[in-house]
Amino acid sequence: MDSQAVNIKNSKSKKKISNRRKNDIKWAYILILPTVLGITIFYVGAFFQNLFYSFTDMGAFGKWSWIGIDNYKRLIFDPEVRQTLINTLKYTIFSVPCTIIVAIVVAALLNSKIKGIGIYRTLFFLPAVTMPAAIAMVWKWLYNGQFGLVNSLLAKIGINGPAWIADPRFALPAIVVVSVWMSIGFNMVILLAGLQGIPQSYYEAASIDGATPIQQFFKITIPLLSPTIFFISIMALIKAFQTFDLIYLMIGKSSVAMDKTRTIVYLFYKYAFEWYEKGYAAAIAVLIFIIIMIVTIIQLRLQKKWVHYE
Amino acid sequence: MILNNKKQNKFFNQKLLVHIVLLIGVVVTITPFVWMVLTSLKTVGESTLVPPKILPEVPQWKNYSEVQKTLPFLKFYYNTIVYTVVRTLGQIILCSMAGYAFARIEFPGKKYIFIGLLSVLMIPGQSFLLPQFMIMAKLKLLNTIRALIIPGLFSSFGTFLMRQFFMQIPKEIEEAAILDGCNHFHIFKNIMLPLVRPGIIALAITCILDSWNQLMWPLIVNTNINKMTLSAGIASLSGQHFTNYPVMMAGAVLAIWPMIVVFIIFQKQFIQGLAFTGSKG
Repeated sequence: MDSQAVNIKNSKSKKKISNRRKNDIKWAYILILPTVLGITIFYVGAFFQNLFYSFTDMGAFGKWSWIGIDNYKRLIFDPEVRQTLINTLKYTIFSVPCTIIVAIVVAALLNSKIKGIGIYRTLFFLPAVTMPAAIAMVWKWLYNGQFGLVNSLLAKIGINGPAWIADPRFALPAIVVVSVWMSIGFNMVILLAGLQGIPQSYYEAASIDGATPIQQFFKITIPLLSPTIFFISIMALIKAFQTFDLIYLMIGKSSVAMDKTRTIVYLFYKYAFEWYEKGYAAAIAVLIFIIIMIVTIIQLRLQKKWVHYE
Repeated sequence: MILNNKKQNKFFNQKLLVHIVLLIGVVVTITPFVWMVLTSLKTVGESTLVPPKILPEVPQWKNYSEVQKTLPFLKFYYNTIVYTVVRTLGQIILCSMAGYAFARIEFPGKKYIFIGLLSVLMIPGQSFLLPQFMIMAKLKLLNTIRALIIPGLFSSFGTFLMRQFFMQIPKEIEEAAILDGCNHFHIFKNIMLPLVRPGIIALAITCILDSWNQLMWPLIVNTNINKMTLSAGIASLSGQHFTNYPVMMAGAVLAIWPMIVVFIIFQKQFIQGLAFTGSKG
């Protein structure tokens, strides 16, 4: 393109380069075309379409009329939205720190030089490759008030266990336990990769200076691991906020515990695909988007305060 | 001497402590799996004994045929495998193509298109779900395996991941090929792709796990029982007022064993791959 203006001597080789460049650009567009097209239709376009739906009263058969911000007005005053947000928040506040702390402890232990690390790692990772639908099923059975293993173990130490997921007071904590149980494997693997990047010499130096393993853990491991911890915290937070599977699978639709466990994403599912109030469901999806955006921005701000990059 | 002995003892105790803590963790981790398998082999009567009996009197293998009478498991396997394999192959091809272009070629608009792709990563999935469903409905694809596959073929995460891997390759390799007169497609296919194998494996594992275990999308698009995936299929089992836990556990075992076997065979790749997606994604 810019070769025309150049002096005659160089014009031949410049032209060759220019052809080469044109060819490069052609290939680049060919290579990105399918992905860009697919993402544009199914993701970017879908996002704006969803935004559009949220201003309509679209129902089951796709008929709609424009109703302005009515869905959003309804959203603000809907007690169910408030309750599901509270549930989601509780779920997130309990599950994320527990998952991260347990995963750090497990990863740190697995990083020590002991025998059988491979086997431990494999076993801890097992829940991460297991289908949530099956996990939910077996935990439902373990939590069974009458015949469940959890309560029969508690009975051995003289505790009369509740009905767990069928009891509004215990259902949410019970599900948090399952979510922690199933997320440790993945987080542990990422933390372990981070741990292996910490030079062994730091620990040796600390040892010589008389630092105990606990001191080493808090003064060396945690600060040097903070970028990884930050990363998995964001991921865990976003995931926890969008919890659906476990609640949908473990809490019966007519269960008394539903009110105290239903998450905001479950509410979206209910309106979108059970009650076919698609316009309102779209508005709920927009709300979820806004909240996740805010949380992400806050986390990125906080990152500067405590994450230690080398 | 005494001092040395003490030191060794302390060292030994520390290791023992680590093993004890880890063993407790292992017990908590695998008990649900063990209980799932044990329950699946009990009679209903045995499963509801208080206090529970650990082993069944006679293993009830018929629970496994029972659950296959209740649900079309062979169809579930077929649907899930086709969905997982086609989607994963598609993602590998499309994401590495786009990732290569973003990493190695300069072209007008690259920055903006790439930022556009990245911003999709920030948006929670629910924002796409309704329109994606409507598109599938309009194309009359509901209750087909194609409906499961199509939106998941495109991944901005996968494109980003592959780009990171392509960027690590030294420029010289490509320049030599260009001097030899190779075109970009040739460079991409024969020179670059083999070099990003770890990236491809990482992407494949993420995609396989996600497809096999995913719930909401299969649940929405395929409501016909013959078109369901394992995940949505066994979800319908716990949704029904079904209280035959041994049969339900048999269903759960049938749904999870293939992935567990694949994991145990390829565990090195699994763990490395996911660690990669963690550090690069």
